[in-house]
Amino acid sequence: MFETLSDRLTSVFTSLRGKGRLSEEDINSTAREIRLALLEADVALPVVRDFIAQIKERARGEEVSRALNPAQQVIKIVNEELIRILGGETREIRFAKNPPTVIMLAGLQGTGKTTLAGKLGLWLADERNTPLLVAADLQRPNAVTQLQVVGERANVPVFAPQPGNGVGDPVEVARESIDYAQRNNHNVVIVDTAGRLGVDSEMMQQAADIRDAVRPDEILFVVDAMIGQDAVNTAQAFLDGVGYDAVALTKLDGDARGGAALSIRHITGRPIMFASTGEKLEDFDLFHPDRMASRILDMGDMLTLIEHAQKTFEESEVEKMASTLASEEDFTLDDFLQQMSMVRRLGPISNLLGMMPGMGQMKEQIGNVDDKDLDRIAAIIQSMTPAERDNPKIINGSRRLRIANGSGTQVSDVNGLVTRFFEAQKMMRQMKNGGMPGMPGMPGQSGGKKKAKAQAKKAKKGKQRSGNPLKAKQQEAEKAAERQRRQEEGGDQSSQLPPGLGGGAGAPQLPPGLGGGKMPDLSDFKLPKQ
Amino acid sequence: MDYTIFAVAIFVVAVLVFGGVFLIRPRRPDSGKEPRAGDEGGSATGTAVAEPEEKEEPGGPSAAAGTATIEEPPVAPVEIEIPPPSAGRLVRLRARLARSQSVFGQGLLNLLASDRLDEDAWEGIEDILVTSDVGVTSASQIVDGLRTKVKVLGTRSPEEVRGLLREELLAQINPELDRAVRTEPHGTRPAVIMVVGVNGTGKTTSCGKLARVLVGDGRSVVLGAADTFRAAAADQLETWGSRVGAPVIRKDEGADPASVAFDAVTRASDEGADTVIIDTAGRLHTKTGLMDELGKVKRVVEKKSQVDEVLLVLDATTGQNGLRQARVFAEVVNITGIVLTKLDGTAKGGIIVQVQRELGVPVKLVGLGEGPDDLAPFEPETFVDAILGEG
Ligand SMILES: Nc1nc2c(ncn2[C@@H]2O[C@H](COP(=O)(O)OP(=O)(O)OP(=O)(O)O)[C@@H](O)[C@H]2O)c(=O)[nH]1
Ligand SMILES: [Mg+2]
Repeated sequence: MFETLSDRLTSVFTSLRGKGRLSEEDINSTAREIRLALLEADVALPVVRDFIAQIKERARGEEVSRALNPAQQVIKIVNEELIRILGGETREIRFAKNPPTVIMLAGLQGTGKTTLAGKLGLWLADERNTPLLVAADLQRPNAVTQLQVVGERANVPVFAPQPGNGVGDPVEVARESIDYAQRNNHNVVIVDTAGRLGVDSEMMQQAADIRDAVRPDEILFVVDAMIGQDAVNTAQAFLDGVGYDAVALTKLDGDARGGAALSIRHITGRPIMFASTGEKLEDFDLFHPDRMASRILDMGDMLTLIEHAQKTFEESEVEKMASTLASEEDFTLDDFLQQMSMVRRLGPISNLLGMMPGMGQMKEQIGNVDDKDLDRIAAIIQSMTPAERDNPKIINGSRRLRIANGSGTQVSDVNGLVTRFFEAQKMMRQMKNGGMPGMPGMPGQSGGKKKAKAQAKKAKKGKQRSGNPLKAKQQEAEKAAERQRRQEEGGDQSSQLPPGLGGGAGAPQLPPGLGGGKMPDLSDFKLPKQ
Repeated sequence: MDYTIFAVAIFVVAVLVFGGVFLIRPRRPDSGKEPRAGDEGGSATGTAVAEPEEKEEPGGPSAAAGTATIEEPPVAPVEIEIPPPSAGRLVRLRARLARSQSVFGQGLLNLLASDRLDEDAWEGIEDILVTSDVGVTSASQIVDGLRTKVKVLGTRSPEEVRGLLREELLAQINPELDRAVRTEPHGTRPAVIMVVGVNGTGKTTSCGKLARVLVGDGRSVVLGAADTFRAAAADQLETWGSRVGAPVIRKDEGADPASVAFDAVTRASDEGADTVIIDTAGRLHTKTGLMDELGKVKRVVEKKSQVDEVLLVLDATTGQNGLRQARVFAEVVNITGIVLTKLDGTAKGGIIVQVQRELGVPVKLVGLGEGPDDLAPFEPETFVDAILGEG
């Protein structure tokens, strides 16, 4: 079963390639896949319908592109439309002329309002505001305490005159907070409210009463990115019940595709303002429509990449590369060298990586990746004899020293390359036998999950948890020690680098679903046929 | 020519040149390292939990039954493991499920009422399933199966088709599965229940409600506050515990959750309690470090006692991501049951159809509100009827 749009489109590509113009049939068959993809991304059904109709309309009027095949072209339109709708009017918090500016949070239970209040407080304080958090969730047990702790961590004062747990009137608390803020020179007030259901009319009335008591400058509707089809009902119910000016999307650090963003924007027209991406208070950002679009589509910037490649290379070159990758022969260092030089013509490797699906979350790490490393690798390979390049197995200790000297690198560099090469070779073999880890179907935000799969596969060879309980325990201890060590080394990225690609030490970081005992499932990617 | 091949090439180059550097995401710093005020947990308890008065639930008919004490929650005591399907609960369950059924429920009846089952009607049926979060792939499988059946049987009448659809859906969630929550002590050893899930799904609330059901049933319960991460999480559980007089084992924020769980089980064994319920911190299934931590909690508890139930709490509003959550939690801690919460809203929780089918883990309990008694056993029929819009 195809899990992602890109997976499915790989098959659409095959059937549509070479037609050169957008026929009704092309549009329809691509639209079907897009419909599925959007539904799987939890975009609400009515919204999917409208959206697809819109896409078809636009696709019909579109001039035929020479760089893209029809399916790709339709996807490109989809991507642009998504960004357009999600982005629309992006805006920032409106500050009141007469402080305090009042921001009220509202949403379902468990969406992360209290945490968001703290994040927002911290974020505003960093911009030289003097926010005040208001504990108006007097419903959920110890929500007040939670806000107090959060406030303490964020170093933002909390107004909590009532103990909560059902005691106290949230409307009163909210009202008093404004006065308190004025007297204590807080220029922003953030009102945390209890989670409530759209169908709970009593609680919706309470929210409206809080709103009327504080007359917020901004009401933020807080939604969990994992929400499914119910997003439309809830978004509408809150719009009718309290109204809101903008949306904050939470738990984006998970792997939910977040179709709700599109649903809510489409249904309510309210912009999405903030993205919350973790449990730490700093994990908070303004919303980026383009990232969200590629997350929903699960496509990365593949289109840009493809277009770029088409402009850069002759068909014959690409064909040659494809045949190397697909050939029965083992992948050699020479092949690799060639491939690397082609890839480099596409631009800096960090840019390219950034375009790959699933890499959005790793902007930071990608930023650290340097093309100089490529030079070093090329130098090492060039210092090898043809026989060595053909069969790196013969590279023994003395050869390694010679190569290191020849390329001006360390023996450890040579070792690392050789190890990684064997891993890559194995991976290529795996890929040819039915599946390809990684591309182009990497899930949007799982941090290169399929790459992690490839890693998991390697890790399995290395230090995967053993079936033997005694051994497993020992490995557990080793892992714990390893973790400890890494923590002590602090932020040093490379210290987290498993030897080779994803050696044992990397294993604990793999999504458990992938690092477990069984072989990762690589079958859901088809090597593009020519 | 297919240029997607470049993606492959870039991937290979990246892997070879950089190894895994860019694949590795920063972990959440070990909770112990997070700066936190060591005393905040303690002092907070002093104030916030001082008066464990039960609050009346707005609109919750059950709340009328009175204050919660150790003596007798409003629910009739039960003989078997699961909280009793007492009349009160089911009436409320149906009433709450009925809240949202109008739109599509009507739609289905209308669709089937037309004398011909045309393409639109079938699509309409699929839409009902999709909007319940059943998932587009399984929805179309179910509809395809139904079409075949209708063809084979030559069924025409809307009533019959509706019946077939209901049957099909029921079959998907397999009413035969054992849905009893294993809360019976084994001799002198208490039953151990772990409650897990992503953030904010209702774990702590479910722990509290379940404890209450058990206490009402005359059992002694110990609660373990193994959420040592989220602010005031232990206080929240303690509030629930104090309502029914169940002791809560807790440590400072940032303490090792496994040791809290272990202590809770030890305490329960020493005291001869019947059941231990361990509340764990919410964690996204994608955070490997935290999932490791959860696996460790379970393994450490297992040194002391077998774990009888690992309940995954799924929020009914969750869409397709719910399946991924369930897969990973199943792999890490081998979940034995699901608690589907927030069914009192408009969401149908259709994702559990896929979860049950793929993982075979039954939904055992449903959460129907924030009130202390808003927990009920899962009933496949009621659930299916809610999706079909006839509660
Ligand atoms: N309407 C409704 N709300 C619920 C239900 N179960 C829990 N809640 C609410 O959902 C919110 C989150 O519940 P918690 O029990 O704190 O969730 P949790 O999973 O322990 O959360 P974390 O520990 O923060 O991950 C609270 O406001 C609960 O009152 C339910 O069945 N229906
Ligand atoms: Mg909790």
